[in-house]
Amino acid sequence: MLNQWIPDPLWLGIAQAAIALVLALLVLLVLLVTIARFNATTGTTAGDRLGQDTLMALARGLIQIILVGLVLGLLLDQALWTGGVMLLVMMTFAANIAQRRARGTPGAFGVALVSIAGGAGSVVALMTWLGVIEPTIASLIPIGSIIVAGAMQSCGQALDRLQGEVRAHSAEIEAGLALGAAPSTTMAPFVQAAMLASLIPRLDILRSLGIVWIPGIMAGMILGGIDPIYAALYQFVIMALVFATATLTVCLTMVLMQKHFFTPAEQLSAEASPSTRG
Amino acid sequence: MPVKQAAVILATQGLGRQVGGKTLVDAIALALHAGEIVAMIGPSGSGKSSLLRLLNRLDEPTSGTVLLWGEDYRTLPPRQLRSQVGLVMQQPYLFRGSVADNIRFGPRQRQMLLDDATVDGLLDSVGLTGYGQRDVKHLSGGEAQRVAIVRTLANQPHVLLLDEPTSALDEASEQIIERVLVGYVSQQQAACLLVSHRPEQVQRLAQRVLSMDRGHLTAIEETMEHIYAESMDP
Ligand SMILES: Nc1ncnc2c1ncn2[C@@H]1O[C@H](COP(=O)(O)OP(=O)(O)OP(=O)(O)O)[C@@H](O)[C@H]1O
Ligand SMILES: [Mg+2]
Repeated sequence: MLNQWIPDPLWLGIAQAAIALVLALLVLLVLLVTIARFNATTGTTAGDRLGQDTLMALARGLIQIILVGLVLGLLLDQALWTGGVMLLVMMTFAANIAQRRARGTPGAFGVALVSIAGGAGSVVALMTWLGVIEPTIASLIPIGSIIVAGAMQSCGQALDRLQGEVRAHSAEIEAGLALGAAPSTTMAPFVQAAMLASLIPRLDILRSLGIVWIPGIMAGMILGGIDPIYAALYQFVIMALVFATATLTVCLTMVLMQKHFFTPAEQLSAEASPSTRG
Repeated sequence: MPVKQAAVILATQGLGRQVGGKTLVDAIALALHAGEIVAMIGPSGSGKSSLLRLLNRLDEPTSGTVLLWGEDYRTLPPRQLRSQVGLVMQQPYLFRGSVADNIRFGPRQRQMLLDDATVDGLLDSVGLTGYGQRDVKHLSGGEAQRVAIVRTLANQPHVLLLDEPTSALDEASEQIIERVLVGYVSQQQAACLLVSHRPEQVQRLAQRVLSMDRGHLTAIEETMEHIYAESMDP
């Protein structure tokens, strides 16, 4: 409908974005009203920052993606290393976002940065060298960013789960410490649980590939006139890379984050266990 | 023999801990001697558990320190310290798995594997004969508390810190535990600090009584050793 009225692609894009934005805002409004009603009956204040946060996130997302489009346009002719630098910048931002899920546990940013850079960086570098990712900016940046975004999600999830496990099981961890166990020994069952919990969503995504979900790259390639079978194979390649990255990132996060829940004297630190003690 | 002449195993020097401006315990000076059981009483929230956590170094002192065998405990590796200064918490937490796994846990941290006979012996001593292979999920509160106590004893600590160890036990089990404690302390010449809300228990077990009030040890009363000796006779 729109493209009959607006032939210019830039204005068409703006109109499409505006309509999508209106839809998101309408849904948000419904959600806010529901939450407000719930809060009115229960006297709670849950989610009263949600409206503000969502608006900020939408605005931020829009501005960021437009900037990226502009930068990509400029970068297309540049040397490959500029793409590498861009990915590094992305990883830094990704680490900063993932780090928030650790809710103030010190050292989380460093852990997130090393885990994301270690997971996403090694996969992207290896695959570019092997030629699975074409060594051009035009493919390095979009594919790299998908992989970095996956690493960010996995890292955030891992931090969140690990923190949750530690808080829920501080009594058991301290019981182990009190008997002379190493922090890593007391953490082992919870690290394992957190690791599984942060990888299972990734497995579900792989399982549902193509059936519940036809992902963006494949859709884009087919729209761009590329052989659907090649598009499908390439989409699988990307999903497999994202999965490998997620696993690497989660493992790195677990290994590196553990010790930050403890003081140098091997005590559970206050951030890790604000719970009451008997 | 007067208790005070026995060797001092653990002593504190101006020990205190503040958290966010709140003083949990302050200027604690106490000494625990080989072979003695010292009781600590005091109202709820007075800082008894907080003090025990400091002695086992599960929390860090914000002032003063603890001497173990005359050495500042901050110079010891924490794991070694904690296996020597055993703490049974007020709400003991058993690890998932069998009763025997729990009892072997402490020694295993030092690459020692307790054999079945030792595990069975420990369980026998607290009236839990044949419980080794049971899943801790199905233990009653009192059984779990007894497992927690022998789990700490399995480390053979020099100092035993007990936070209301018999609160979940009936009279018969309480007596068994008391007998085990008295036996352990005299056999190993260990020192025991026992938090208890029960005056009769304090009378039965303790050679000395400390009283905690709002973070301070406010009173030290001597009790007669023979009171304990008499009450142990059936
Ligand atoms: N980490 C902490 N941060 C702040 N306050 C704490 C902390 N741990 C304990 N407290 C407070 O310190 C006080 C002493 O607590 P503690 O558990 O040592 O008391 P208690 O003498 O063992 O009491 P009870 O007999 O009920 O077990 C309480 O008011 C408690 O709420
Ligand atoms: Mg207490």
